[in-house]
Amino acid sequence: MILVRLINFLRDRLRLVIRLCLGLLALLVVIDLLPFLVDKHHAHTGFEKLPGFWALFGFGGCVLIIVASKAFGKAGIMQREDYYDE
Amino acid sequence: MSDLWLHPSVILLLGGALLPLVPSRLKLGYLLLVPLLVFARTVAMSKGVFGEVTLLHWTLTFGRVDSLSLVFGYIMAVACAIGTLYGAHVKRDAEHIAAWTYVAGSLGTIYAGDLLTVFLFWELMAFSSVFLIWFRGRTESLAAGYRYLLVHVAGGLALLAGIMLHVHATGSWAFELFDVGHPSLASYLVLAGFLLNAAVPPLHAWLPDAYGEGTFNGSVFLSAFTTKTAVYALCRGFAGMEILVALGVIMALYGVVYAVLENDSRRLLAYHIISQVGYMVAGVGLGTQMAINGACAHAFAHILYKGLLFMGTGAVLHMTGRSKFTELGGLYTRMPWTFLFTLIGGLSISAFPLFSGFVSKSMIVSAGFEDHKLWAAYLLMLASAGTFLHTGLKVPYFIWFGKNNCQPDTWDRASDPPWNMIAAMGIASALCIFIGCYTPYLYAMLPYPVAYEPYTSYHVSETLLILCFTGLGFFLLLKKLEPTATISLDLDWPYRMGGRVFLWLARKPVQIADNLVGEIYRAGGLVPLMRSARLVDVFDRVVIDGVVDGFATSFRQLGQRLRSAQRGALQENLAITFGTAAVAVVAFVIWY
Repeated sequence: MILVRLINFLRDRLRLVIRLCLGLLALLVVIDLLPFLVDKHHAHTGFEKLPGFWALFGFGGCVLIIVASKAFGKAGIMQREDYYDE
Repeated sequence: MSDLWLHPSVILLLGGALLPLVPSRLKLGYLLLVPLLVFARTVAMSKGVFGEVTLLHWTLTFGRVDSLSLVFGYIMAVACAIGTLYGAHVKRDAEHIAAWTYVAGSLGTIYAGDLLTVFLFWELMAFSSVFLIWFRGRTESLAAGYRYLLVHVAGGLALLAGIMLHVHATGSWAFELFDVGHPSLASYLVLAGFLLNAAVPPLHAWLPDAYGEGTFNGSVFLSAFTTKTAVYALCRGFAGMEILVALGVIMALYGVVYAVLENDSRRLLAYHIISQVGYMVAGVGLGTQMAINGACAHAFAHILYKGLLFMGTGAVLHMTGRSKFTELGGLYTRMPWTFLFTLIGGLSISAFPLFSGFVSKSMIVSAGFEDHKLWAAYLLMLASAGTFLHTGLKVPYFIWFGKNNCQPDTWDRASDPPWNMIAAMGIASALCIFIGCYTPYLYAMLPYPVAYEPYTSYHVSETLLILCFTGLGFFLLLKKLEPTATISLDLDWPYRMGGRVFLWLARKPVQIADNLVGEIYRAGGLVPLMRSARLVDVFDRVVIDGVVDGFATSFRQLGQRLRSAQRGALQENLAITFGTAAVAVVAFVIWY
């Protein structure tokens, strides 16, 4: 099937795919900085005009969610699967 | 009744009642026809108040059709059609009847103009949807179903008490906006009933408990109707109630936190229902025209993409019998189509540009910014990073890629599901993309005129930055996210463990009393007892035995016959009885 072949094709070139993705991330940040491409007039607050604000927000938010949730889970919320069995 | 106004719920209830009579070769066509008729009915509806029935001294209004009920009725009918197609190969009629009765309850609530009718259909939803859990047939699903029922009956009682107090105070049965500025006890009780169905913490734990335990197609229905009907009821009754903003934001983040810990894919999605409904509840709390539009738009989009996600994971469950990440993995070569559709659902819920969530979720967040509730808006943005992290990345990655945890039999059984499931997922995917690309389709249906444009360069850029850098975080912290075979305790703990405490309390005193009686009997009553026993013994052997043995044998035979009749079919019988009773009540009320 074509979808499986495409995925296998990409997996065989994993390093290249990762580099392309990183390049895309950089490109997104750059585009966001160009006033003639992204009009920041609609920004709601001053913070958002800082370069790369939303990139940092996304990355920081992701790390925060994972670390905080895992800490919460380790504090006794996560239990064995047979916890409720009598 | 002045004119004949055909309620779409009547089509579903009658359609369900007639289903067992349909010959099996026509069944597929019939299963598709009934939801399409319902859809046609909801589309053809004109605005106004219909189906008013006077019973004794009060008037029930079955058909209040305005812009708010129209948009919810429309999407419920679509969800019913897609869900039925998805499960069309299921042979047991009772499953379809239960699902349709459940949808009928939802539609009945949406078109209801008075609180009594709301309550009746509200309960119909709870009592019919529990069968979608029970039909899974596991011991766990039976228990989860009873817990679900218990919680919903409690919520229903709060709602009923609130309605009674409200009617007593105001003298009006009409279901309109409550006085959200000065809420009375009655309003709070009604609100509690609504919030329980919307799964607002701390009244939320029933949702992952039940939806993770539903049948593979039952959970597709469950994911759409109960919570979104509650969102409708909140839009109608509590728009602009300040406290809902905070509750909505808490919900949005709560679901995200539990989704990190969750190992069962369908329970993870259930926690993300809580998260997504949080946006809608916050939108209702903001209460501006834009926020209400956003809540409705997001409910509309959510029903489709969450249904799609439950269909994807339901297909994995249906084909492999597994839903936990620690028992799956690496399946992309075995179930590629299911992967693709689930990915589309994941991108839609994550609000990627060109997918449905993008045009709906952002309306609520923008309304938050415009209302100068910056904290709410930023926290909702944070929750949307979490949404992509789990539903867009964790679910597809750990089922279709990642470490292959499949047992050999899981691997052998895994393949793309039957055509009707593929078709249902395909239709839902197409709608998700269509809504995301062609905004007027959804925006024209919303209750207020829309002056919002999601596709500005800034909004697209901002969204892509958040989501793509969340993706970066996911892959960097992949080790931390490896699923573990654990469960997470939630607020269902009190009533799951509380039952045990109750049993212990009941058992101990009973045991003590029992022992005491035994002691007295042994000490005081033994000697005379022995004497009389000898006499009784003779009588017993000669006379009684003959009679009792005869009775016992016949009773045992009868019992065995009853047991075999009961074991498999009890729940089906209940479902059919309930469905028929519901039809009878509605028919009686309408043609009275």
